[in-house]
Amino acid sequence: MSELSKDDVKKIARLARLKMEDDELERRAESINGILQWMEQLNEVDTDNVEPLRNVADIELALREDVMNDGGYPDKVLSNAPEETQGFYVVPKVVE
Amino acid sequence: MSDLTHLTIKNALEGLDKKEFSAVELTQAHINAMESTRELNAYITETPELALKQAAESDKRRAGGEAGLLEGIPLAVKDMFCTKDARTTAASHILENYQSPYESTVTEKLWQDGAVMIGKTNLDEFAMGASNMTSYFGNVINPWRSNAHDKDLVPGGSSGGSAACVSARSAMGALGTDTNGSIRQPASYTGTVGIKPTYGRCSRWGIVAFASSLDQAGVFARTVEDCALMLQSCSGHDPKDSTSANIEVPDWSNSFNNGVKGMKIGIPKEFRVDGMPDEIEKLWQQGADWLKDAGAEIVDVSMPHAKYAIPAYYIVAPAEASSNLARYDGVRYGLRVEGENLIDMYEKTRAEGFGDEVKRRIMIGTYVLSAGYYDAYYIKAQKIRRLIVEDFKKVFEECDALLTPTSPGVAFPIGERMDDPIKMYLEDIFTSPASLAGMPAMSVPGGLNGEGLPLGLQIMAKPWDEESVFRVGQEIEKAANFTALPNLLTKAAA
Repeated sequence: MSELSKDDVKKIARLARLKMEDDELERRAESINGILQWMEQLNEVDTDNVEPLRNVADIELALREDVMNDGGYPDKVLSNAPEETQGFYVVPKVVE
Repeated sequence: MSDLTHLTIKNALEGLDKKEFSAVELTQAHINAMESTRELNAYITETPELALKQAAESDKRRAGGEAGLLEGIPLAVKDMFCTKDARTTAASHILENYQSPYESTVTEKLWQDGAVMIGKTNLDEFAMGASNMTSYFGNVINPWRSNAHDKDLVPGGSSGGSAACVSARSAMGALGTDTNGSIRQPASYTGTVGIKPTYGRCSRWGIVAFASSLDQAGVFARTVEDCALMLQSCSGHDPKDSTSANIEVPDWSNSFNNGVKGMKIGIPKEFRVDGMPDEIEKLWQQGADWLKDAGAEIVDVSMPHAKYAIPAYYIVAPAEASSNLARYDGVRYGLRVEGENLIDMYEKTRAEGFGDEVKRRIMIGTYVLSAGYYDAYYIKAQKIRRLIVEDFKKVFEECDALLTPTSPGVAFPIGERMDDPIKMYLEDIFTSPASLAGMPAMSVPGGLNGEGLPLGLQIMAKPWDEESVFRVGQEIEKAANFTALPNLLTKAAA
């Protein structure tokens, strides 16, 4: 697989919502490329007829009645909010 | 250091029962030990007042004839478990002041059984690491030292604080979490016993999420029996975690010492890696001999895909982490750094709130899940994961449990391996397969290396068969007769 460029890393940082300056992007490109290269060893293994494994828990997902069974305590929910008012979270303006 | 801190949980329960000492006295002794070993930086938050209050209540319950399984036992809790009476940080700046309004299921179960919380322990940030070096609150120092040099050593990670405090006798046992070896590797590095049960045995509700298909709670103690007691207390079905199994919790505290007579123990040859020190190879052989002497049959087995566990893990776990950690957005809880607009606020908050290794994993996870690369990396890794599970299924047709070293090395000096992430990732080379396959696995101290540092042996068994893990572990424990104390304690006594 091809190497990631600084611009590729910039795109990933943007997708991951991580602010990064140019020097950090360069440093990270090098480090991530090293790791991706190391992962190439997985291609030694023939996996053509193998079903991907999503969860090891051999458990059937349980169903429950579709009723409200929790909630009704907005103060607790908001107790760690960086900013809140009148029972709502406050965020920077998103609509002009 | 008071004698009370050297008791096992089992002995302490007997002493409490015979009124030789109270839970308050036992707890105070551990608070003193916690304070006198602060140089280790094993705790992020100490909770002495809460501990003494819980201990006093425990004494009342015991006097009233209502003693629980862990009545009056002071325990430490890895700071990945949400607790309503102390902040929960995951050793991250982004959660530095997070105060959970609820209690995790696993800790709740311990308190219901009468245990006392002495403090919240240090860890690698969001449990991402094998050295405890990535903590926002600074690294933990291993109570053990090499007799070959004078450098401070890592306790392993990510549950480094939990391992260090059990080894240093400031807690009788501790909770950890294990996603790829985060209980077993530090147990090996600190001469403690640490078990990760079967995936689904303990509820994940209230544990800070890292890689949900791999995260499992587990315990540290100084004996196999103490681990059996603690795990018995904190296991069990929880409707709040859809991957928590509705399977009865066995009475391990009565079956851990049933012996290994007639058991078949597999030795997987692929765990014999290049560059592994001879003394670890020797201890492994010694472990097999001990089990043979105790009546087990030793069989050679093969797990051809085990060596691919680490690279597969470093696709699956970062993918899940990038998704789980998306919740830290500066809106609902945690750190917020103001920005010019909403997106700028997100980006600045996360850039400042997360440390270097966490960012690396979020970025790798974001990449392997992104359009065009998903099949090549993420699906490929999930297929490898299937092959590793198949390997386990095959070997467990030939044997009841597996014996391997826990780690290819010993505790290393602080600061080493920080410039080479892959070298750090390979710390978990022997612990990763059981994590990817969800198998129960435990590390038990087997002896000391030439430098006087602890070495652990790992025992793995089939899903839901922790009993075999305990039985094999107890036999190793009995034969190894590991009584060495960390240098920190022998120094204090001298």
